[in-house]
Amino acid sequence: MFDQLSDRLNAIFSRLTGRGKLSESDVNEALREVRVALLEADVSLAAAKQFVNGVKEKAIGENVLESLTPAQTIVKIVHDDLVELLGGAQARLQFSDAPPSVIMLVGLQGSGKTTQAGKLALRLKEQGRRTLLVAADVYRPAAIAQLQTLGKQIDLPVFEEGAGDPVKIARDGVNEAKRLGLSTVIVDTAGRLEIDDALMVELEKIKAAVNPKEILFVADAMTGQAATQVAKGFNDRLGITGVVLTKMDGDTRGGAALSIFKETGAPIKFVGVGEKLSALEPFYPDRLAQRILGMGDVLTLIEKTQSLYTEEQAKKLEQKLQKNSFTLDDFLEQMRQMKKIGSMADIMKMIPGLSRALPKDFDIPEKEVKRVEAIISSMTRAERRNPSILNGSRRKRIAFGSGTAVSDVNKLIKNFEGAQKMMKQLGGMKGGKRPRLPAGAFR
Amino acid sequence: MSWFQRLRASLGKARDSFTAVQNLGRAKAPLTEAFWDDLEDLLIMGDFGVPTTAKILEGLRTVAKQEAWKTTDQPVARFHKDVERFLTLPGGELHLTGTPAVVLVVGVNGSGKTTTIGKLAARLHDEGKRVLLVAGDTFRAAATEQLSIWADRSKSEIVRGNEGADPASVVFDGVAAGKARNVDVILIDTAGRLQTKANLMEELKKIRRVIERELGRAPDETLLVVDGTTGQNAISQAKLFHEATQLTGVVVTKLDSTAKGGVLVAIVDELEIPIKFIGLGETVDALRPFHPAEFTAALFEDAPDSLSV
Repeated sequence: MFDQLSDRLNAIFSRLTGRGKLSESDVNEALREVRVALLEADVSLAAAKQFVNGVKEKAIGENVLESLTPAQTIVKIVHDDLVELLGGAQARLQFSDAPPSVIMLVGLQGSGKTTQAGKLALRLKEQGRRTLLVAADVYRPAAIAQLQTLGKQIDLPVFEEGAGDPVKIARDGVNEAKRLGLSTVIVDTAGRLEIDDALMVELEKIKAAVNPKEILFVADAMTGQAATQVAKGFNDRLGITGVVLTKMDGDTRGGAALSIFKETGAPIKFVGVGEKLSALEPFYPDRLAQRILGMGDVLTLIEKTQSLYTEEQAKKLEQKLQKNSFTLDDFLEQMRQMKKIGSMADIMKMIPGLSRALPKDFDIPEKEVKRVEAIISSMTRAERRNPSILNGSRRKRIAFGSGTAVSDVNKLIKNFEGAQKMMKQLGGMKGGKRPRLPAGAFR
Repeated sequence: MSWFQRLRASLGKARDSFTAVQNLGRAKAPLTEAFWDDLEDLLIMGDFGVPTTAKILEGLRTVAKQEAWKTTDQPVARFHKDVERFLTLPGGELHLTGTPAVVLVVGVNGSGKTTTIGKLAARLHDEGKRVLLVAGDTFRAAATEQLSIWADRSKSEIVRGNEGADPASVVFDGVAAGKARNVDVILIDTAGRLQTKANLMEELKKIRRVIERELGRAPDETLLVVDGTTGQNAISQAKLFHEATQLTGVVVTKLDSTAKGGVLVAIVDELEIPIKFIGLGETVDALRPFHPAEFTAALFEDAPDSLSV
C-alpha cells in the first residue's frame, strides 16, 4: 500500500536529513520533488499544489530553518498535513437508532461495490449485526447471482426481485429486513457514471425511499485524475457519508485516497486489501501517514496479531519487538500465522525502520514460506533461540533434515540477522518516536 | 450521428484537457514560461503521467528553440501531431489468423474483461464467425453466469467449469472443445487479478502454457483490458501483465466516463504495446477498433470531420 509514494518521499527526506543546515532553496527543491511524487501517485493537481503550499507556509511560520533539526521538523509538518489530508481522525461507520440501519453502496462500474457489500456484511456479522443484502443492481448481467453467491458464502440472506425497479427493490428490501428483525441493510446498486443523469436520479429516488444512514462511495484506488471529479459528482447528487477504497493491495500509489476527502469532505471509512471476503480494513489516517513516511505502523501490527493471539501473547510480542528478543521461534510463529495476517512484506512494513530497509520487491512467495518453515522446524530449540551457535555441521544437519541446501539455511539466517539488527537500531531510538498505545488498546 | 461524431461526443470529459490545451494555443499569446507551466499542469491533469509529460514538453521546448517559435499556437499545433505520433504503433489491428484463432483476455479486477469479451463476441459473430467463449474466471462469484448471459446475447457457444475449479483446466477444455467443434475464434475470459499478486500471475502463465501446448503455438492475441479512469497504475498493469503473458494489445474501457485520455498516450509511450480497442459505453456496438488519427482528431476540438472514415 502506497509503497512507491513512500519510497519517493523517504528518498527526498533522507537527502534532506543528511544535510544538517538547510537553505531555503534546499527546502524548495525538496518540496518541488514532493509535488512531483504526489502527482506521480495520481494525487489531483489541485490537492498536490495545496499540500505543498501548506507545508511551505508552515515551514516558514515555524522558522524551520532556524531549528536545530530542520529536516525532522519538515518531516513532522508533512506527516501532520498528510494525516489531515487523509481525513484527520478515524471515521467510523454510523448506525441509525431505529433498526434497520441502511447502508447504500454507490460508485462507477467495476469499482467493487458488490464485493464490498459482501465484505462489509461479513464484518458487521462478526460484530454481531445481522445484515440483509439487497440486490438493486438490475443492469449488469449476473450481478444478482453474484450477490447471492456471496450471501451464501457468509451465510446471510439476500433480497432480490429479479430485474425489477431498483427503487422498489430497495424499499421492499428494507421492509423485509424489518419483518425479519435484522439490524442492517446493505443496498448494492448498479455501477454508473456520475454524469449519467437518468441513473443518478434513480439513486436519488432510492435514497429518498430508504433513508440510508450511510451512503458509501466505492472507489477503485487505482483511479487517476478523474477520481475527485467522480467523487464530487456522486457527492453533489447524494451527499455521500464515506468512502470505501478498493484494490488497495496492489501497487497503486493511491493518490485517489489523498484527494477524495479534500474534495468532498467525506472520510475514507474502509479499504479493501485483498481477494478474500475478510480483506476489508478500517481506515486510519494517522497510521497510513506513518506508513507512507516509513515510520512503520506498530499499532496495526499489534491489532492484527491481537486477533490471532491472546492479550497476553500480544503483549509479549510487543515487548519482544521493543527489546529485540525476537527469536527464530517467533519468526516461525509469525510465518505460520501469515496467511491470516497478510503477506510477510506487509508485516515487516509495519515495523518502524524496517519498512525502509527492505528491498523494493521484498516478498516471500508461498513456496519460500514452506521452505523457511521446514528449515526452522529442523532446528533444535537452542538453535532457534540463539542462531549464533549454528556452525557448519549444524547447518549441514538442518539442510539435510529440511530437504534444503546449506545455502538456503545460510540465506535464512542472514535474513533473520538483518531483521534483528534493524530491530536493535529501533531499540536505540527514543521512546517518543514510537507511536504510543492509546488507552484501552487492549480491551 | 456518425461514429466519429459519437466518438467526439462520448469523449466528453477526456476532451476537456485537450480542449484546454487548444485554448492555450488559440490565444496566440507570446510564448512564456507561464505557458509551459500551464501546459504541464494540463497534461498532468489529463493523466499523461509525469514521465510522458516531461518527454512531450522537452520535445516541444527543443523544437521551439530551434525554430524560434514566438506564439503559443505553434507548440499546440505540434502537440496535436505529437499525440497522434505517440499513439501510432504498428500492429494495431486484431490479428486472428489461426484456426481456431485464440484470444486470451487478462486484466485487473473490475476493468471490464467479461463485458469486453461479450461485445467482442457479438462483433465477431456479426462478421460471420463462429465464436466460443471460455469461462476461465472460476474465482469471482457468478462470473460464469455473467459470461453465459453474454454468450446468449452474442449467439456464441460457451465452455464453463465449476466455481472454484482450476482455471487452467477449464481453459484446456475450452481450447480442446474449440478445436473439436471447428469454431473460428475462441475468446478466453480470466479472473481479474492485481498485477502484483505473484501467485495469481503464475496462474496466468500456466493458463498461457496450457493454451500453447494445446495449440502448438502462442494465442493469436493476448489483450489487456484497462479501465479508462485508471491513473498511472495502468503503466504498472501493462508492464507486469506483459511480463507474465506477452501482451499483443490493450483494450481501454469506460472512455465515455470521466476518464482522461492521457493514460493511453502514457501506456503506448512507455510500453510500446498498441491499443486495439476502446470502449465508449454500455451498448454492444460501443466497443470499437482504435484508430490513432481518428481518436486524436476527436480529442482536439478543431479537427475537421473529414478525418472520419
